[in-house]
Amino acid sequence: MITLADMLTVSGILFALAVAGIFLNRKNVILLLMCVELLLLAANFNFIAFSRMLGDLTGQVFVFFVLTVAAAESAIGLAILVVLFRERRSINVEDLNTLKG
Amino acid sequence: MPDTMMNLHSIAAAVPEIYLTAAICIVLLFEAFVGAKRPGATGTLTLLVLVVGAALTVAYADVAQRVVLFDGTYVADPLAYVLKLAGFLAVAVTLLYSRAYLQNRDILKGEYYVLSLSALLGIFVLISADSLLTVYLGVELLALSVYAMVAFDRESGVAAEAAMKYFVLGAIASGMLLYGMSIVYGLTGTLNLDGIAVALSAPHNLGVILGLTFIVVAVAFKLGAVPFHMWLPDVYDGAPTSVTLFIGTAPKLGYFALALRLLAHGLAGVTVDWTAMLAPLAVLSLVVGNVVAIAQTNIKRMLAYSTISHVGFILLGFVAGTVNGYGAALYYTLVYVLMALGFFGVVILASRKGFEADKLEHYKGLYRRDPLLALAMAMLMFSAAGVPPFIGFWAKLRIIQALWETQHLWLVVTAVVMSVVGAFYYLRVVKLMYFDEAPESLPDTVRSFGVRFALGVNAAAVLVLGILPAPLLDLCARVIR
Repeated sequence: MITLADMLTVSGILFALAVAGIFLNRKNVILLLMCVELLLLAANFNFIAFSRMLGDLTGQVFVFFVLTVAAAESAIGLAILVVLFRERRSINVEDLNTLKG
Repeated sequence: MPDTMMNLHSIAAAVPEIYLTAAICIVLLFEAFVGAKRPGATGTLTLLVLVVGAALTVAYADVAQRVVLFDGTYVADPLAYVLKLAGFLAVAVTLLYSRAYLQNRDILKGEYYVLSLSALLGIFVLISADSLLTVYLGVELLALSVYAMVAFDRESGVAAEAAMKYFVLGAIASGMLLYGMSIVYGLTGTLNLDGIAVALSAPHNLGVILGLTFIVVAVAFKLGAVPFHMWLPDVYDGAPTSVTLFIGTAPKLGYFALALRLLAHGLAGVTVDWTAMLAPLAVLSLVVGNVVAIAQTNIKRMLAYSTISHVGFILLGFVAGTVNGYGAALYYTLVYVLMALGFFGVVILASRKGFEADKLEHYKGLYRRDPLLALAMAMLMFSAAGVPPFIGFWAKLRIIQALWETQHLWLVVTAVVMSVVGAFYYLRVVKLMYFDEAPESLPDTVRSFGVRFALGVNAAAVLVLGILPAPLLDLCARVIR
């Protein structure tokens, strides 16, 4: 039997992986975008778990909105990445260092 | 049918959003069919849209009551009308100032105006949010439009880098916000902010504090409070100045509403907890913002750190945790937006084609080159430093009063000391403009009459509203209940 606690644990692990991925990854901006997606999915997991526990559908409706927004977010992220690549010829996170102070 | 009539009448409270959504479509189509042949026409249409929007907001403003619409996802109250009116005006002034700048850099495109309007729509959704869902959608609509605006100058490598940093950090903040929301939803069983407030006024599961922590972090990220401020100086510096002007003004209204609706309204049951979390953030913002600003040589970065210190003040209003505190925070936000419009406006007017006036040394001897611009900047700097009789003084005073009433003695002391520290770098700009010689021949400032007149009105407002502060103060106290 899968309990609420199990589902929350999975989402907690996903969330932690995503945050760790964002802060530890020093190489590739695309990995950052993937971690951002994972972050949103972890929250979605929570919403679905709670929605099922509460017997309330609004949580699952929220998830549909989040999925849509996540798609828009990746589109904008990748568009910025394309502009960045055209200017720098690199998508290395360590090269994002001209702004300082 | 009378039933339909009633429904149409009942959604009249949502007129600003409905109007703005329709206007965005019209501006987009206009750009596609007419704008390409006549550069600049889209900008004029957008200004018209914003002015009409402000008039509609005033016409439909029902200051007497609080209307909840769309199954408890949308709320229209006096506060919302005040913030929306301010939003319309702030964006109109922003676009007015930016026009020559955009033209000089070949980014005067219709999409820029569409993105500005959709960001404004995001701000409105935030302002009128009465459910976690609407809060989230508002935050994202605003953020996604602004990321695109930061990267708008496709020839600029720094802008792309700033946009990427903003995007990644903003996305983390959204993720945090969403995770916190999911926990609050799970433990209260509702997305509606009124419902959450009711659920939390009864004894509740302590797990809510976990969700609250994520939400506070996200709000701090969005506002740019220390230690979640890393994106702010880079974005202000890297983005085209017109975008910096945009980011520095209208979105603050939205993020103020975000903090107010989520924390002060929905999570009012755990006020003790979130004020305890916000207090160190506010103090750190004041200290780091003011101290680091002194070390800056780039005026956009200096103003970014000054923004951080002003955010600290706004958060202090929330830390007071009383109606007076929220009223003071609202007043401070409006005042800050007015001042930020002015000083970023000066930075834009001092820039010309191929020349960014973004170093402090570019302001040396500005008084001799352009006395009016220097006078406007001096007034804005005095106001930001909190020198009476300028409006910035009243804003700071109200926050300090609210803190004093709630016995936050140490916060009062910190706020006063940090205002004094902050005065140094604001007055340094005045010294550069009035008492230093210009090092080399700098290009002329923008001489177009309309824009200079608007900037003059903006600077004069800082003085006039400072001498007669009562109307705006009363309004802020009245709309926050």
